[in-house]
Amino acid sequence: MTGIIHYGAGNIFSIINCLDRCGERVLMISHPDRLKKVERIVLPGVGAFDRGIEYLKKTCLYQALKDESEKGKPILGICLGLQMFFEESEEGKQNGLGLLPGFVRKFPKEIKFPVPHMGWNTVRFYRNSRISNKIPAKSSFYFAHSFYAIPQDKKIISGTTTYGIKFASVVEKNNIIGVQFHPEKSAKNGFILIQNFLKI
Amino acid sequence: MLTKRIIPCLDVKNGKVVKGIHFENLKDAGDPVIQAKYYSDEGADELVFLDISATIEKRKTIKNLVRDVASNISIPFTVGGGIGSIKDILILLENGADKVSINTCAIKNPDIIYNGAKMFGSQCIVIAIDAKRIAKKTWQVYIESGKIPTGIDVKNWAKKVEELGAGEILLTSIDADGTMNGYDIELMRCITKIVKIPVIASGGAGKLQHLYDVLTLGNASAVLLASLLHYRMLTIKDIKNFLFRKKIPVRLEKNENTCS
Repeated sequence: MTGIIHYGAGNIFSIINCLDRCGERVLMISHPDRLKKVERIVLPGVGAFDRGIEYLKKTCLYQALKDESEKGKPILGICLGLQMFFEESEEGKQNGLGLLPGFVRKFPKEIKFPVPHMGWNTVRFYRNSRISNKIPAKSSFYFAHSFYAIPQDKKIISGTTTYGIKFASVVEKNNIIGVQFHPEKSAKNGFILIQNFLKI
Repeated sequence: MLTKRIIPCLDVKNGKVVKGIHFENLKDAGDPVIQAKYYSDEGADELVFLDISATIEKRKTIKNLVRDVASNISIPFTVGGGIGSIKDILILLENGADKVSINTCAIKNPDIIYNGAKMFGSQCIVIAIDAKRIAKKTWQVYIESGKIPTGIDVKNWAKKVEELGAGEILLTSIDADGTMNGYDIELMRCITKIVKIPVIASGGAGKLQHLYDVLTLGNASAVLLASLLHYRMLTIKDIKNFLFRKKIPVRLEKNENTCS
């Protein structure tokens, strides 16, 4: 069974639906007790950084997520979910979960492309990536974001995307996996990626 | 590389598609899921549903439609038409829409942009602007499906919605819409020059070259298409193959497999 952190705002319908199609049982989580019942966790990302972290703190999920991840439970962060894994973000004042060293920055004004980075862009997966099993090494995924993570430890980067600058669009460190794009919105490739996560 | 998006737009009324693909089997023609799946399978990058119903039951029918569509396709989709409050946005997003497109209400109550973006993130707030040319390089914003002039300058409004937190602009030229003589490239250029957020072009496409022009000269991030696709004058594959040959980045699943 996979638990989805439920924020009460934004579209998590698609991720529920995607897991459902994989034949996975889903539990909506807005309380730490429920977190213990699931084998895996999806941290979707909707809205702004501070709002997300404040929600996790208010529901006591902040510490619970850190505890569960330390125990080795696989956790997939999507979009803002990935960003919240890191220590801090230019978008807000709150500290991130700090599961991964590094910070989150806004796309620099100097890039000559529109921001938010919105639409289908190429992800180049590295060889060390487990989440991209059976997905072509260069594949399109759907992005919708203005901020991106800069991991301190470059070894955790397992996929990159270029949009004015090259950034880490996939990070994998043991049981912690983050994707900056939306697999639940990325047609077939996204579906395979979610299936891969369910095998970790 | 970020690809240019091809976005079919379907009009829905009371939960049924009223302006969509002209299927030979008319029994299916109104089914939003069948229409959505068709375009999704054909390679559409996103979908837009425009709700034109005006009944009291509107909220309920659109909610069910959004759920049905979201359960059956896995590409992003936007819902627009008659959105008037944060609650309307919440209902649509909770039921599986990825973005909402707001037009008239944003003019009457610009706070909805700021509050919507703050609550749900900029990425899901699309502001639709209907523009009519009133002088050289000057356009005016129209509301209520292009019927009522607002006196507001399109350039000022585009800048304002960006400041308020809109994530995208869906820009329709009222003058070009339905003519099939091509987009108002000057309008597109003018707006894409002053805002940083992506702009989706709408209104006027009649042939492949028009799409190429608005994506290059007009600097549009995406094109919204209705009749041209629904009446099968062009298919998404035709469009993408054409653009690909002209070196415009597009998402072609076939390509990806050869890269592995």
